[in-house]
Amino acid sequence: MKIKSQKDFFAGLMYLVIGGAFAWGATGYTVGKASRMGPGYFPLLLGSILALIGAFVLFKAMVVDTEDGEKIGSIAWKPLGYIIGSNLAFGILLGGLPSIGVPAMGLIVAIFALVFIASRAGDVYKVKEVFILSIVLAILSYLAFIKLLNLQFQVWPSFIVN
Amino acid sequence: MDLFNNLAIGFGAAFTLQNLLYCFIGCVLGTLIGVLPGIGPVATIAMLLPATYALPPLAALIMLAGIYYGAQYGGSTTAILVNLPGESSSVVTTIDGYQMARQGRAGPALAAAGMGSFFAGCVGTLILASFAAPLTEVAFKFGPAEYFSLMVLGLIGAVVLASGSLIKAIGMIMLGLLMGLIGTDVNSGVARYSFDIPELTDGIGFITIAMGVFGYGEIISNLSKKDEDREVFTAKVHGLFPTLADFKHMLPAVLRGTTIGSCLGILPGGGALLSAFAAYTIEKKIKLKPGEIAFGKGNIRGVAAPESANNAGSQTSFIPLLTLGIPPNAVMALMVGAMTIHNIQPGPQVMTSNPQLFWGLIASMWLGNAMLIILNLPLIGIWIKLLTIPYRWLFPAIVLFCAIGVYSTNNNTFDIWMVAIFGVVGYTFIKLGCEPAPLLLGFILGPMMEENLRRAMLLSRGDWSVFVTRPLSASLLAVAVLLLIIVLLPSMKSKRENVFKEED
Repeated sequence: MKIKSQKDFFAGLMYLVIGGAFAWGATGYTVGKASRMGPGYFPLLLGSILALIGAFVLFKAMVVDTEDGEKIGSIAWKPLGYIIGSNLAFGILLGGLPSIGVPAMGLIVAIFALVFIASRAGDVYKVKEVFILSIVLAILSYLAFIKLLNLQFQVWPSFIVN
Repeated sequence: MDLFNNLAIGFGAAFTLQNLLYCFIGCVLGTLIGVLPGIGPVATIAMLLPATYALPPLAALIMLAGIYYGAQYGGSTTAILVNLPGESSSVVTTIDGYQMARQGRAGPALAAAGMGSFFAGCVGTLILASFAAPLTEVAFKFGPAEYFSLMVLGLIGAVVLASGSLIKAIGMIMLGLLMGLIGTDVNSGVARYSFDIPELTDGIGFITIAMGVFGYGEIISNLSKKDEDREVFTAKVHGLFPTLADFKHMLPAVLRGTTIGSCLGILPGGGALLSAFAAYTIEKKIKLKPGEIAFGKGNIRGVAAPESANNAGSQTSFIPLLTLGIPPNAVMALMVGAMTIHNIQPGPQVMTSNPQLFWGLIASMWLGNAMLIILNLPLIGIWIKLLTIPYRWLFPAIVLFCAIGVYSTNNNTFDIWMVAIFGVVGYTFIKLGCEPAPLLLGFILGPMMEENLRRAMLLSRGDWSVFVTRPLSASLLAVAVLLLIIVLLPSMKSKRENVFKEED
């Protein structure tokens, strides 16, 4: 059998798997009966419906013809990797990660790391430009979030502050 | 007059220098971000929500209202100037608005959108103020069964108009509802789907979902497109104000748009998109006067009517939120989130327990609208300049604000890991053609629906027929079914597809 709509095929599969997983997980909690619902009742119900919807979408994707096969297309690994990576780097540097021995470096360092990594996701990457952008964003964030809104952030690396 | 008394309380509470300032800042920020291509009101509010945490509740809500209107107006601005609707409800605006801009009449188009919206906003505020109190009475008659049915109606209403594939959108709702259940079950205290991660027992923060899915997901998908597809060209804008002839054409269109918008906005899930779509369809049906430009070629009525309708609709869509505590669309879902953060449980009790806040919020909506027109008419030229900022500078800044935003909600890096996960999830959704907005709505409604379902079933001793034997609940469900049937009708189906094609 041929897949007629790639997008729908995988969307259906996603629904089926996630719905099934939630429903299966729900059986681990007390399900109860309609008049006295346990914590598992509603998720079991919803999970089953989602799985059914998934099966239906999957079925449709195999049977109903589409003009162009609704291909998913290539996955943009580069932006995906750099954007998510920059976000993770920001988190690690801001809060520190004791399990791998990274001390908290504070907001400013984290902003520079984020901007430098995230900028790589684009087509054009000019070091000088990115550097200026990070300075501008660092100053703006400092003024807006720390000074104006008074949010509790560690601004500088912990070894400098202490 | 009760109405005027109430409004007086509201304006008294809202009209402080501080609140006006927050409203102004909100409007500026909302417009600034809303005018960026690809970022609609939902993403804008999600991004700026953390900025309001430190404020007192009323000021925070006023600022959010400002952000909301700013973002919405910003979305219309891009729709007109560069043919990029910032949100689904300004899709129709692009049809005639962009044509006007191409003819160098972007000024009148923007002014028509702004003035139409302002007028509609004023009417909407009055309707909201006069119907909020009686509707609250109705709200007290609502039992758990009615609430459940109303939420079903709201969710159905949201999907039938808000996305391409109906069945996939319903799937997204289910997914959202399920994700909303993650965390501690209020009735039994059991931590569900938390995998023994302490942060997950509190549930997933909706800001993490909103920012991950809307913010990161969109950016990644934007970056994967070729430069040429993304680049926005701005035609020269000359002549800010509409001519006298323009005004003559505009006025009746604005009136019709406002009426349609005010009625349709009250329906949960109806909201702005349906209003704009309906208003445009009606304008098109009305005969052209001699000398008027055809629709689709830059008719000012084609801008004024849908813009007024969507603003009136978004104004009256506060009614179900404020009186019943049920968010009719994703933006309102974010507002619920904002209210709960400030310890306000939206619903009928807000009006009695906290009249200053309730009426203050209503007054602030009018303020937001007024602020918008003061701000935008003279500044149209500057908003256009903003569009010339290269995307390669823009997106790192957006990523940064998302990251700072989620971290500041709990001061916990766990949220940063979560937003990364949802960024990947959001990109997956876009790739698979699944609309994320219904997911967010489902996510907010998940716990509420479960709660009311449980209560309703407990009261009926496990008898499911309670949803159809109680008249109010039955009629709500009937409307939901009716909506589904209308959408599945073949003629409507092709129309819907046409509307959404414009968006691509």
